[in-house]
Amino acid sequence: MASVSNSAVLIPEEIRQQLEAPNPDFYAFLGLPEQLALDPDDLQKRFYERSRLLHPDRFARANPAEREESLRASSLLNDGYRTLKDPLQRAEYVLARYGFDIGEQRSNNVPPELLEEVFELNMALDELRGGDEDARPHLVEAEERFLAMRGDCDRALGDLFSTWDTQRTREALAEIRAILNRRRYIQNLVRDVDAALAGAV
Amino acid sequence: MDNLFQIEFEDSRDVVIGIDLGTTNSLVAHMGLTAPEIMEGSDGERIVPSVVAWSKEQGFLVGEAAREVLIESPEKAIYSVKRLMGRSFGDVGEELKLFPFHLAEEQDSVLRLKLGEKLLTPPEVSAQILLKLKQNAEEALGVEVKQAVVTVPAYFNDAQRQATRDAGRLAGLEVLRLVNEPTAASLAYGLDKRNQGVIAVYDLGGGTFDISILRLHDGIFEVLATNGDTHLGGDDIDNLLLAIAIEDIASDWGFAPEMLGSHTQLVQRLRRAVIRAKEELSFVPEVSIHFEFDGRTYERALSRAQYDHLIASFVEKTLGPCRQCMKDAGVTPEQIDEVVLVGGSTRIPLVRQAVERLFRAKPHTELNPDEVVALGAAVQAGILTGAVEDKLLLDVTPLSLGIETMGGVVAKLIHRNTTIPASAAETFTTAVDGQRNVLIHVLQGERELVRDCRSLARFDLKDIDPLPAGLAKIEVRFLIDANGILNVSARDVRTGKEQAVEVKPSYGLTDSQVEAMIEEAYDKAEDDLRERQVREARVEADRILLALDKARTNSAWDTLSEDALAQIDRKHNELLTVYHADNHNLIRKKIDELNDATMSLAETMVNTAVGGALKGTKI
Repeated sequence: MASVSNSAVLIPEEIRQQLEAPNPDFYAFLGLPEQLALDPDDLQKRFYERSRLLHPDRFARANPAEREESLRASSLLNDGYRTLKDPLQRAEYVLARYGFDIGEQRSNNVPPELLEEVFELNMALDELRGGDEDARPHLVEAEERFLAMRGDCDRALGDLFSTWDTQRTREALAEIRAILNRRRYIQNLVRDVDAALAGAV
Repeated sequence: MDNLFQIEFEDSRDVVIGIDLGTTNSLVAHMGLTAPEIMEGSDGERIVPSVVAWSKEQGFLVGEAAREVLIESPEKAIYSVKRLMGRSFGDVGEELKLFPFHLAEEQDSVLRLKLGEKLLTPPEVSAQILLKLKQNAEEALGVEVKQAVVTVPAYFNDAQRQATRDAGRLAGLEVLRLVNEPTAASLAYGLDKRNQGVIAVYDLGGGTFDISILRLHDGIFEVLATNGDTHLGGDDIDNLLLAIAIEDIASDWGFAPEMLGSHTQLVQRLRRAVIRAKEELSFVPEVSIHFEFDGRTYERALSRAQYDHLIASFVEKTLGPCRQCMKDAGVTPEQIDEVVLVGGSTRIPLVRQAVERLFRAKPHTELNPDEVVALGAAVQAGILTGAVEDKLLLDVTPLSLGIETMGGVVAKLIHRNTTIPASAAETFTTAVDGQRNVLIHVLQGERELVRDCRSLARFDLKDIDPLPAGLAKIEVRFLIDANGILNVSARDVRTGKEQAVEVKPSYGLTDSQVEAMIEEAYDKAEDDLRERQVREARVEADRILLALDKARTNSAWDTLSEDALAQIDRKHNELLTVYHADNHNLIRKKIDELNDATMSLAETMVNTAVGGALKGTKI
């Protein structure tokens, strides 16, 4: 019968340090340099490796202090993996670390270049909700346009990620901030159109 | 002789059993040398029906014996108690229409069931089932068992999970881990042999339905998403068939359906008859429901086609959660490599067809769907003890966790399908000068408003330093542990010191209530009896141990074969191991085994007439 002695499993020192930090560094936790462009397979591999090391299942028979530490470490690992796995959340995380506020409040302001489009869209939405099926083709068309714009945002973000990774300029981050806001706004429009199209069926 | 005591034995600390605590049936398993194994009861049965009966004369009966009581005197037995775990008086109305639960009239936040003269909470009833499984395991393994992995439906909320853990404590079992049933099943299937892939586990049991989608990668079982319905299962089909049969019988025999429905003994027997018909219909195209009561007979033919028609909407109900789960997991049916079926209700051909059509894959059915969850629980037990080293389960929380904010709106802190352990922190402050307390209301669910979510608990931050409004800053950390259970801690940001938090669970038992129950659990008479039995067993053990010591110096000892010596020493050690356990059956079993091992020694000693020490002693 194999047995786990209390000293057999230990939390590595570099991970323990992050546990004590007021704002833990997810990149350090996963042993990665602070890059916005990440290889998802590599990230997953690191997550699995560290899970094997830190998960509470590995500490089922350790002393209470070690169990507590494993619980904190693996919840932090899960938070970190979840954040870094998604490019948008990853960008928000890095922005926050560099003092950019979260974009939520500003995302309700219509980006100026979309003003006209949004005005027309809202009218069409009202018409469809009011039962006017003539508005439907217009909305389907509008949705396609928005999806294309969202694709443009994603491509621009990809480019900016590499820019920041190589040049580390504040300007790059500011641009990322602006595009994330624009993308969120577009995403909300797509969601509203989807709901209206589905609801009217 | 020096090597005798070097043979290593499992002590009770090493034994962690795996338990499937089901709505209809329960099983216990342990991790064998190479594979998990179900442990039988002393009656040779692998399955213990989740039925608990009590009478003054016999005390508690569990399993098959309790099912007999249920048929004859339904008021003396409780079944399907899992449906009431972690629930309150207010939200069991639906259950009461369909199940003859006898609730005590006076209810506080905790449900109490009437069982003969006893008043029991659902965790206390479940504890009796766990106790039976624990005893079965102890008798099968020959050691005392104190720790277990217990499975729960993946879609169980916090209160239901806590209630299950409380049941373990009441049964004298430390629940080392609560594991979600579909995830446990995937462990048992050993699908990690294929190394990589995406699998869906469709688990339709007696009372609950779960769907989980996992990614496998070199022994890591990562749950991507889970969904389900904690009140959907084979029981619902039974109730459907039962209602039809009652109506039929009422018109055939000339009674009002309500009158028949309130005849609990008739209903219990009829339920058994329709369940038998339901089970047969999975294998034959037509069955006959046959029922006799009080000299009257009811007979009705039911074809597979009619049956399929009856249960079509029931089966359809399981598909919505499946689609949502795929969406949440971010996979399409084409990306799912394998499908696993779990739970007795997946034997129904219509269910299999629906699953096959939805996931476009032929489901796995190699393992017995009744046993696969318990086997998986045993594998997880092996992971915890270190016996299984290559596998690791990364599960998710099935429901979002949030707190009440202004206007009765729920602010989500941890979203559903987040890998656990997961945590979130939130800073709270005071609204009034000198305020000492802040009350935080925590909820679980996907809806926006407090009234549409399930209240989980209220946490009272106490003894906050009196300061002008808004100056105090208390950081509250919400942590969902690997069991899917919420832990809350709080810290004063200014001083850094731990902040007192008082927990008021919305449903279920407080810690001190559980402790009080553990103390009350056995009334004094039962306690005295048990103690006497254990004491007597130890006296007998002392006698044989002493006789064995004396025999070692006897010349007959040297005539024993190496095998015989090894066997005696093994049994000797095993008896020593269980000597201090509070289970007299276990001690007696080991005494008997040592007796058997020393049989030839005793014979030799008597035959050669040199064995004064052992003469007349049954050894």
